[in-house]
Amino acid sequence: MNDHAPRVTRLLASSFALALALLALALYALAFGQISLSVPDAVAALLGTHTDAMTTQIVVEIRLPRVGTAILAGGALGIAGVLMQALFRNPVADAWSLGLLAGGQFGVALTVAAAAFAGPAALSFLTVFAGPSITVAAAAGVSLTAVFMLGLGRRIGAITLLVVGLMLGFTAQGLTSVLLHFAARAGGRVYGGWSDASFAGVAPENLPWLAAPIGVGVVLAIATAKPLTSLLLGEAYARSLGVRVPALRRLALTATVMLVAPVVAFCGPVSFVGLIAPHFARALAGSARIPALLPLAALGGALLALAGDAIVHQPWEQHFLHLNAILAILGAPTVILILVFSPAVRGWR
Amino acid sequence: MALMLRLDDLSVGYPGAGQPVLAGVSLESQRGDFICIVGRNGAGKSTLMRTIAGLQVPLAGSVALEGEDIAAMHPAVRARRIAVVLTERRFSPGLKVEDVVSLGRQPFTNWRGRLTDDDWRIADDALKQAGASAFSGRYFDDLSDGERQRVLIARAIAQTPSVMILDEITAFLDLPGRVEIMSLLRRQAREEGTCVLLSSHDLDLSLELADRIWLLDGSGGLAEGRAEALIAAGRIGRAFDTDEVVFSNDRKRFELR
Repeated sequence: MNDHAPRVTRLLASSFALALALLALALYALAFGQISLSVPDAVAALLGTHTDAMTTQIVVEIRLPRVGTAILAGGALGIAGVLMQALFRNPVADAWSLGLLAGGQFGVALTVAAAAFAGPAALSFLTVFAGPSITVAAAAGVSLTAVFMLGLGRRIGAITLLVVGLMLGFTAQGLTSVLLHFAARAGGRVYGGWSDASFAGVAPENLPWLAAPIGVGVVLAIATAKPLTSLLLGEAYARSLGVRVPALRRLALTATVMLVAPVVAFCGPVSFVGLIAPHFARALAGSARIPALLPLAALGGALLALAGDAIVHQPWEQHFLHLNAILAILGAPTVILILVFSPAVRGWR
Repeated sequence: MALMLRLDDLSVGYPGAGQPVLAGVSLESQRGDFICIVGRNGAGKSTLMRTIAGLQVPLAGSVALEGEDIAAMHPAVRARRIAVVLTERRFSPGLKVEDVVSLGRQPFTNWRGRLTDDDWRIADDALKQAGASAFSGRYFDDLSDGERQRVLIARAIAQTPSVMILDEITAFLDLPGRVEIMSLLRRQAREEGTCVLLSSHDLDLSLELADRIWLLDGSGGLAEGRAEALIAAGRIGRAFDTDEVVFSNDRKRFELR
């Protein structure tokens, strides 16, 4: 009579399978690239038991930060996607689709431009404290956009909000380009050239600035997971279940900003990952309960991001492939399928 | 008989709106009472129910559940004792029937919301009692209005409340559906001792099935009693009669003038 056990088994098996796939893909990404190594060599280099300095340098100094960044960023976006889809009660919400990433970029661009016009002192301050300052600037941009979209989300439907979010994203990206153009003229070419997403550009000394806020965001996400589930049923039901809704909204929003801001600051506008990872998680879990979705969405997001990155870093003859192009090819058709067929979107159309 | 709810000189409404919607209501309800709240549109049924549910604060007076002031209760404590079912139709992206029912156990779970075997058993039983077991495995949004109401009632039953508050939940159902839901709720009151408060536009059924009637007269007053007593005193007619229709005390239904 008790069908509780299969539910737990299903969750554990799915998590385990995703973790295994992620591990395999990570090893592949560490071993293969412009220069092909064997997987045992790559593992040896990781463990520090490899004698060849060149191999160790390729694996540990070049590939490992990139792979680590992809996993961190993808996982963060997956979790943020789950939070946002619950917070907005919108199955196509995510940091990228609702313009939060573009807002974060705009925040960084404004900061850089302001520093450029303020003079060399401000600019060198920004250069020295690049990690924290661009994270904070991105967080400000992401927060403002998120609050604005939450306000708007109460007035308009889910799909309209998606369109507005995308348009807002284009606007912010345009403004970012223009700002950086003039900032560059004023000698502030500090963070130019990140209109595309990439996991390869994070300096090792900045990795803590990526990982620490994400860590805080994950903790907050886990803390909000239980009450956030009841919000899926609507605000009145959530309150009747003992949830303090305004406090919950603030906490979930803070978690989202902590997860998203470092990603946009260091990797740019990574598209689609946060939007589709929650849908895979729901399908795998056979449930929409947030506590079950978080690990699956984190692993799925990491897997997707790392797969995109691995494709970009195949030993191509020329390097014109962009991460977002790959993610769009994987992601956009998935979104179309979700919009047309997913039960999660039924009723919104 | 054990005292469950006690309304003490209660006024409900919205601060700053001038007149309270209801004023000076004092009454008591017992364990196991099946109560129907009737009154015309705008008489204040929803406002009263939201106030009793602790979802809004009284303008004056108090509501006490087994001697404890509901407005002063910690939300988490209140959630273990009062369950609500509302009419508002919102979409619930991706929620399965089990997800909805197990939400009734949320006030009883640990900080991670982990559902124990007992929680699942209670949720399964609740589905069965509400006649909704057949819907398990389906998406909540895919159900018809009637099926959805049963699942929401199952969710409320799974919350094992002392008081269950249901606002106009039979509005979208056909007659057999309404009768089934109402007798299900009456059974819940009888068997579990839950104090069930149901607001309904269905005056005939309410008068026939309820243990007690709370009649909102539309001008800020509330009369409480057994259906026969309220009818005999002519109170139903005074609350509902219009230029077009009149309540017949003998036939217990409306007639054209």
